[in-house]
Amino acid sequence: MRKKTVPELIDLILDGRRVKKHLPWPRAVVPPQIWNFAVEKLVVSHWSLLGLWGEPSVVHMALLDETAGNIGVISLKCPDGRYPSVGRLHPPALRLERAAADLFGLLPQGAPDTRPWLDHGHWGVSYPLNTHVRTSAATVSPYPFLSAEGESLHQIPVGPVHAGIIEPGHFRFTASGETVVRLEERLGYTHKGIEGLMAGSDIDRAAKLAGRTSGDSTVAYSLAFARAVETALGVEIPSRAIWLRALMAELERLANHLGDIGAICNDAAFALMHAHCGVLRERVLRASDIAFGHRLMRDRIVPGGVASFLSDEGATAVRSLIAEIRRRFPALVELYDNTASLQDRTVATGRLKVELARQYRAGGYVGRASGRDFDARRNVAYPPYDKLAFDVPVLQEGDVNARVWIRIHEVEQSLSLVEQILAQLPDGPIRVDFAQTGGPHEGMALVEGFRGDILAWLRIGKGGLVERCHLRDPSWFQWPLLEAAIEGNIVADFPLCNKSFNCSYSGHDL
Amino acid sequence: MRKLLFESLIRPPLTERPPVARDSAVEELARALNGSARKRLGRSLAIRAVDAGSCNGCELEMHALNNAFYDIERFGIRFVASPRHADVLLVTGPVTKNMREALKRTYDATPNPKWVVALGDCAKNGGCFAGGYAVMRGVSEALPVDLHIPGCPPPPIEILKGLLALLEGVSSKAGVARS
Repeated sequence: MRKKTVPELIDLILDGRRVKKHLPWPRAVVPPQIWNFAVEKLVVSHWSLLGLWGEPSVVHMALLDETAGNIGVISLKCPDGRYPSVGRLHPPALRLERAAADLFGLLPQGAPDTRPWLDHGHWGVSYPLNTHVRTSAATVSPYPFLSAEGESLHQIPVGPVHAGIIEPGHFRFTASGETVVRLEERLGYTHKGIEGLMAGSDIDRAAKLAGRTSGDSTVAYSLAFARAVETALGVEIPSRAIWLRALMAELERLANHLGDIGAICNDAAFALMHAHCGVLRERVLRASDIAFGHRLMRDRIVPGGVASFLSDEGATAVRSLIAEIRRRFPALVELYDNTASLQDRTVATGRLKVELARQYRAGGYVGRASGRDFDARRNVAYPPYDKLAFDVPVLQEGDVNARVWIRIHEVEQSLSLVEQILAQLPDGPIRVDFAQTGGPHEGMALVEGFRGDILAWLRIGKGGLVERCHLRDPSWFQWPLLEAAIEGNIVADFPLCNKSFNCSYSGHDL
Repeated sequence: MRKLLFESLIRPPLTERPPVARDSAVEELARALNGSARKRLGRSLAIRAVDAGSCNGCELEMHALNNAFYDIERFGIRFVASPRHADVLLVTGPVTKNMREALKRTYDATPNPKWVVALGDCAKNGGCFAGGYAVMRGVSEALPVDLHIPGCPPPPIEILKGLLALLEGVSSKAGVARS
């Protein structure tokens, strides 16, 4: 039993029927009144929603008490497929509920929005992950977009195929002249059914799928999945593997942040930053390739450890990379800071309110640019971050400029982290074999990707196969905020705002 | 800014030497195209990227083609914003059922002659996503594919080799016309 620092969340779990072998945080099956009590706690921001996902006839909700750092999962059995809607009172849950409805046929009672989300009517089946209900071919019906009222409004439909090398999604703008009155996103185009493919897979195959959930976060997803497996099965991995994982995670963060800083400036037509940041990003990918044998370090983190040892040559490549970025990056930061025409585009553009960031518990630079002081590396303090010194930058302004500055500061922090990791990197084996005994085992992990915290939850059943795995991308709680941040901005600033959020389509659609 | 620009003048270029077109791609194209790309295209190739449900990994490496190291435009290859301007559709992902219609419409909006390049392992046959309720088994289930560039994701240099093969490597006959 954990310390009773916050009795409430623990009481909630104690009031329910505690599930055995759910690690590292407790899970309990609760009656509807406790479910509703938890929803009230979400509404008044005592707790925040980490995730909501389904299983046949069960709905799960992961909760976080940020002040105490407590995490717990409550599960509600709903044999008739109905449960009291969380989104009815707590809007961040809405799209998660719509997704669970599409995949499992779980119907949130009282939900204000019952339109399908991931299911566009093309799958040929309904509720594909529900073992009990499986109806025949679905039909494509028109998707009613939310309305906006007023004089001289016009709509601009954009996507799913965009005018660039971007992932697919649909944006429906309602504009009054140049000004955006309402933006509504429609996502789900990249839904590959990853959670369905994972169910019944062995751990190796499921790990590969996890690493292909969102290409830019392949390290973070592999890490989240591996940690969930290891926690569930009680596997202790060698310390060198722990440190190499963190090294990969920081290299991934560097590559993405450098790419983003350049790309945001490029969307303000400032190509010079883009060119220089692009060179630095490429250097990170090349060093990663030398160090770990793959530019994006895909499949390098595996349950049980890591797949690459890191030779002396690799360590040298990473060291000279850090030196090169330290040499080049400050001039770029100065350039960003001193170019008035660029600042004119980024300052006060796409402002996300602090209250909204808190309500949606926005992760990553989106949250931290709007006053939300959360970073799983520090708040959950999974190893080796408990032995590393770093700051979590937080700003209050919430505009595009603030989201750029958070990235700049995080680049600086990651450079320091990489140096610390290389200095302390222990020797020894990098992987352990493990076998499952008994079961089922449930495990969970919260890992900080470059975009924010990724939640992985899974159950490993008899024979060591994955029974159910749920991966929650940080974008679930960021996409809705983009709709809010763009309001009142001009249409031409949308690419800038969108890039500053840089939400994942594939990670969200899964 | 001035200092950065001056520095760039005296620093040697970062640009990689041009790679040789991938042999296997040249052969694959010779079989698939039955005609001359070069005769039709001259020295230029306009590419429209379509993400048909990839994990975004292939897109990252496509972006890298525009950086100073690969500088894809020196070969006359460029990414365009509309299928109306495109010679080639560069398609990634296993083709999700939710994207099939949009992909087909993009293809229909591309003027003849046109070529389809499937990029990445899952674009070939669905890769690790094959068999799921939400995906097809690769681009060829939705469109006629002329060239496949393997990898998960293919590094930029491999993408470049494949595209150069498309630009240069095919013997002369009639171009491909599809409705």
